Amino acid sequence: MPEMVATRDAYGKALLKLGEINPKVVVLDADVSSSTRTANFAAKFPERFFNMGIAEANMIGAAAGLATCGKIPFASSFAIFASARCFEQIRNCVCWPRLNVKIVPSHAGISVGEDGASHQAVEDISIMRMLPNMTVIVPADGLETEQAILTAAEYDGPMYIRLGRAKFPLVSPPDYKFSIGKSYTIREGSDATCIAAGLMVFEALSAAEKLQEQGINLRVINMSTIKPIDKEAILKAAEETGAIVTAEEHTIIGGLGSAVAEVLVEEKPVPMKRIGMPDRFGLSGPPRKLLEKFNMSDADIARAVLEVMGRKKL
Amino acid sequence: MSLSISELEERANEVRQHIINMLAEAGSGHPGGSLSCADIVTTLYFNIMRHRPEEPKWPDRDRFVLSKGHAVPTVYACLAMSGYFPVSELKTIRKMGSRLQGHPDMNMTPGLEMSTGSLGMGLSVSVGMALAGKIDKLPYRVFVVLGDGEIQEGQNWEAAMSAAHYRLDNLCAFLDYNKLQIDGRVEDIMGIEPLIDKWKAFGWHTLEIDGHNIGQIIKAAEEAKETKGKPTMIIAHTIKGKGVSFMEGVVGFHGVAPSKEEAEKALAELA
Ligand SMILES: Cc1ncc(C[n+]2csc(CCOP(=O)(O)OP(=O)(O)O)c2C)c(N)n1
Ligand SMILES: [Mg+2]
Repeated sequence: MPEMVATRDAYGKALLKLGEINPKVVVLDADVSSSTRTANFAAKFPERFFNMGIAEANMIGAAAGLATCGKIPFASSFAIFASARCFEQIRNCVCWPRLNVKIVPSHAGISVGEDGASHQAVEDISIMRMLPNMTVIVPADGLETEQAILTAAEYDGPMYIRLGRAKFPLVSPPDYKFSIGKSYTIREGSDATCIAAGLMVFEALSAAEKLQEQGINLRVINMSTIKPIDKEAILKAAEETGAIVTAEEHTIIGGLGSAVAEVLVEEKPVPMKRIGMPDRFGLSGPPRKLLEKFNMSDADIARAVLEVMGRKKL
Repeated sequence: MSLSISELEERANEVRQHIINMLAEAGSGHPGGSLSCADIVTTLYFNIMRHRPEEPKWPDRDRFVLSKGHAVPTVYACLAMSGYFPVSELKTIRKMGSRLQGHPDMNMTPGLEMSTGSLGMGLSVSVGMALAGKIDKLPYRVFVVLGDGEIQEGQNWEAAMSAAHYRLDNLCAFLDYNKLQIDGRVEDIMGIEPLIDKWKAFGWHTLEIDGHNIGQIIKAAEEAKETKGKPTMIIAHTIKGKGVSFMEGVVGFHGVAPSKEEAEKALAELA
């Protein structure tokens, strides 16, 4: 079994590195720093950390102000509050003026688990993706998270980097190199492709192993940059494998699945199915049980692959 | 370059003429709130703030945020008169292709520090600017103008708490207390009094002035500069539409541009 790391833990570590190498980096949080792991940075660099209290809208505005003065603010909270409560602050104070603010929430998706529906952000990718100037990243594991965070500090512009609470297995190879807008084909395959993001990359790989036993070769792409999406990789997968399943820990409305569908419909329609949260709110429960309950597990991905393969024109 | 009070009054009058010309030319915009903050903004640009029109990104410059972004004609006039761009460009406001958008766009207009227009956000941004000044130990001050209706937005109070918590004595806010918003009188729509008590309770140093008295504006800004460990809120009593008799205190002139005839009448009064 590969190492288990929560992406939020990797974020905490990456921020410590950034604190050392980049004096412009400042961090803001809204009273959840122990959960988002920005507390590590706060302890080491107190003069560059600002706890803004339970006031996320003000946190985003202050981050924008810091960015106008040349700082590189990383602002963290839980994904539901950072994205949905602050949508208009992000739109008008960050994206419209294209300020260099990094919004890095933890606790995205249903893998939040026991806290239940109020805390399970399953719409954040969708609402962040529609904003002009916004770059949206959903790292698949700890290794990719660390690289994405370090890269974010080098990139000038608004970013939303979506992290999770739960520990999940590493899926990236040790020599993996993240770059914005480039997907990574984590497993080659010719019969169909699963384009996944976040912890669903692990589910997709597990589905691929199950399918392998039936002689089916599933390609698995880690689409960690949701915007700007790697169109080339999507079209290549459509061309070479002829059927696509998307997998995300997010509502099937407006997220990764929609982004992939937009590309396919306009340029190369092939049979496709979206795996993700159906159009409903979540529930309390352990992450794995929730993935199964909402038909988002490896078994569901495998079933979807068989279905889209069956729809291919012979 | 230190202007006398009467010279500043003349500048403010010139700013008001530009406002009327811009709005009449555009055929839309917000005269009432632009005129009510004209004395405050003019005094900031021509007396209080340290800034360099020839070097807009000078790191030590004082920052200005117009949180009530709809009053941007006032700021455009001050920026043009300061030399950030030609005065002749003012007439392009709100037109296709203009650098002078209907609400402030910091990436389009030289000298603008922040994009605004959605009310309730400017104080938070000012807090961030003031925090950056503290981190870098830079001498600049941050000035922000808020509307009285605007402070009904809850985010202002989040920002107010954080400014006091971080002891941002480099932050100075002016509240353009013109007693009117879009739908009517502030006290009828959603009362904001007792204002001084509120800001005091939030940990701010507070002052109350006549927002059309340039001497009082200067003195208040000086007191704010002397005040250590706290941000300052200057409650500036103003008259919406100030300077144009038929606009003064008239709620209908919040967001309706003067017609050609009205503009001529207004300019005659301001001449
Ligand atoms: C968040 C938000 N809600 C509504 C508006 C529409 N709006 C523009 S100006 C205004 C009234 C502002 O009143 P006040 O703050 O008193 O400004 P002033 O009187 O100085 O013009 C409103 C409601 C807006 N721009 N932003
Ligand atoms: Mg008002």
